[in-house]
Amino acid sequence: MGTLKLLQGNEACAEGALYAGCTFFAGYPITPSTEVAEFMARRLPQIGGAFLQMEDEIAAMAAVIGGSLAGAKTLTATSGPGFSLKQENLGFGMLCEVPCVVIDVMRGGPSTGVPTGPSQSDIMQCKWGTHGDHPVICLTPGYVQEIFSETVRAFNLAEKYRTPVIVAFDEIIGHMREKIEIPDKGVIPIENRKRPTVPPAEYMPFDETKGDVPPMADFFSGYRQHITGLNHASDGFPVNASPRIHTDELRLLRKIEANKKDIIRNEEYLLDDAEVAVFAYGVSGRSGKNAVEQARAAGIKAGLFRPLTMWPFPEEQVAALASRVRAIIVPELSLGQIILEVERCTKGRCKVEGIYRVDGDPINPTQILDKIKEVK
Amino acid sequence: MSFDYDQYIRGGKLPHIWCPGCTYGIVFKSLLRAVDSLKIPKDDIALVSGIGCASRLPGYVDWNTLHTTHGRALPFATGLKMAKPDKKVLVVSGDGDATAIGGNHFIHACRRNIDITVIVLNNFIYGMTGGQHSPTTPSGHIATTMPYGNVDPNFNIPDLAKGAGASWVGRGTAYHVPALDKLIIEAMNHKGLSVLEIINACPTTHGRRNKFKNPTDMLLWMKDNSLPITAFDKLPPEKTAGKFPTGVLFKKEAPEYCETYYGLVEKLKKPKEGRA
Ligand SMILES: Cc1ncc(C[n+]2csc(CCOP(=O)(O)OP(=O)(O)O)c2C)c(N)n1
Ligand code: SF4
Repeated sequence: MGTLKLLQGNEACAEGALYAGCTFFAGYPITPSTEVAEFMARRLPQIGGAFLQMEDEIAAMAAVIGGSLAGAKTLTATSGPGFSLKQENLGFGMLCEVPCVVIDVMRGGPSTGVPTGPSQSDIMQCKWGTHGDHPVICLTPGYVQEIFSETVRAFNLAEKYRTPVIVAFDEIIGHMREKIEIPDKGVIPIENRKRPTVPPAEYMPFDETKGDVPPMADFFSGYRQHITGLNHASDGFPVNASPRIHTDELRLLRKIEANKKDIIRNEEYLLDDAEVAVFAYGVSGRSGKNAVEQARAAGIKAGLFRPLTMWPFPEEQVAALASRVRAIIVPELSLGQIILEVERCTKGRCKVEGIYRVDGDPINPTQILDKIKEVK
Repeated sequence: MSFDYDQYIRGGKLPHIWCPGCTYGIVFKSLLRAVDSLKIPKDDIALVSGIGCASRLPGYVDWNTLHTTHGRALPFATGLKMAKPDKKVLVVSGDGDATAIGGNHFIHACRRNIDITVIVLNNFIYGMTGGQHSPTTPSGHIATTMPYGNVDPNFNIPDLAKGAGASWVGRGTAYHVPALDKLIIEAMNHKGLSVLEIINACPTTHGRRNKFKNPTDMLLWMKDNSLPITAFDKLPPEKTAGKFPTGVLFKKEAPEYCETYYGLVEKLKKPKEGRA
């Protein structure tokens, strides 16, 4: 039995980071993510780690990449406008394959928007916020316990696939307190990046002959290397020759796409015989579950699909679901972002209906239940 | 015996991208000589840069090198340094990189006084993007985005660094090379944030449009318009008008950031007195 604690989602996130071996945090305060930084500021010096409150989110993203290149497991946390500021350096982390975890506690926008209200409207920014083509891993927990475990998983995926990983959740779960269990050390296995075994003279930081995820050496470890945000060859130096850039970008895509089985996780609740499915995540997933239970009690065959991995998108799962149900309902705290993905995967095989809300209040179960009854 | 640059240069990465007449090559060699005399092992030093012609320097030198995003070298370097406080971290930046897009990071790194050496290669222009004005472009000079002569007021980089809290500030030029070697050594020996501005010539996008007939004219301008700070300070203002001081311009004792932070870590580790 681990330790039981009553924690806020943001605090559970920080606990998850520490459990995963994070020793480095850099951030800039922004509601509703600030408690992640405050927790890390208290705990990291106690364990010999580094906490930095940087001058802005751009700097914080840069510092976590720097810290990771020096061998640390690193974390930053932000919301809305701060997440936008991080995007250029997040792209750097993706192209240079630097593991790190970015928390986005979503708030309404655009602009300063609704700082103290929940939102799910950064979900496309999570995927396409930076420029260029790239894959992304983005996890979307819905309970305080899950924020803990998904943050651990985010670090593991970052280390395993040598990439930044985003964990996106909304203000409600970020600030909600729930009882959670923090397992004893070792219960959840911890991944560490593959480090090179070749002699330093032979080391190449992006050596594709070593697999889609090449081993990564720490700065100052004897493996001298050059890292640049320009497209680069195996040795890390810039190239502008077209075949190399193309194959390397395909490798980046493949290292995530080919491992979707390992990366994608979701909860399927009462879907076996369902005629209507609710596709919802985060706080809307909680309302969705309640609505499904009420529908069942009323004799309606409803079920819930709750993605814990939003990117890569659970395409095959949604496609399979679409051939079994009559309708998929997508409640989301946005004016309809993730519904586009659901529609893309259903390819017209079933009805897709959205429930949208952007006024800083959650979608309640009754709204979803009404929709279930409507499409039945 | 002449200095063996090859020991530091990455085989196969030359020729460099810099134009004929650009003084960045002079600074590059000075940097290698300076670091060599400090006997810092190649594995224990990292060189970080942003984006610009100046920021291409790390690609050519066989240390741990990191070429980041425009203006952001300092926060990347801060991450490296905080994770490995016992290693040497150097940043090389252009005037635009350090004081325009990276201005906020620059002043805050100075304020923190983290033990990083920042070398700002000031060529008074945006070189890489083809000659737009920067925060240091002299008044009246032609730039592609100041076609009628620059009307933007300037930053004085050493004053900016000092005002923001840097504990060591200096200025050298690509013309005064032996002095430059010494300045780089002193900057790197300083514990805390050191900022060294190096005056450079960009004949391609600055000189050509501003009545410098050739790169030599730009070097001669550096020679004629600079004065060692010791001489500069003794002269009356009318004799120093239009001239700039060089050398160590400012230094002070101040707590270094990593030492302060990890000092706190040590204190937290010790069990509190009076408790079992
Ligand atoms: C975010 C961003 N904005 C703009 C640019 C384009 N850019 C590249 S280099 C540069 C200016 C470089 O000037 P400076 O820093 O003075 O260095 P120099 O090239 O003169 O050495 C600019 C604006 C960029 N790469 N990234
Ligand atoms: S454009 Fe100017 S700064 Fe850039 S390499 Fe050419 S001369 Fe040097």
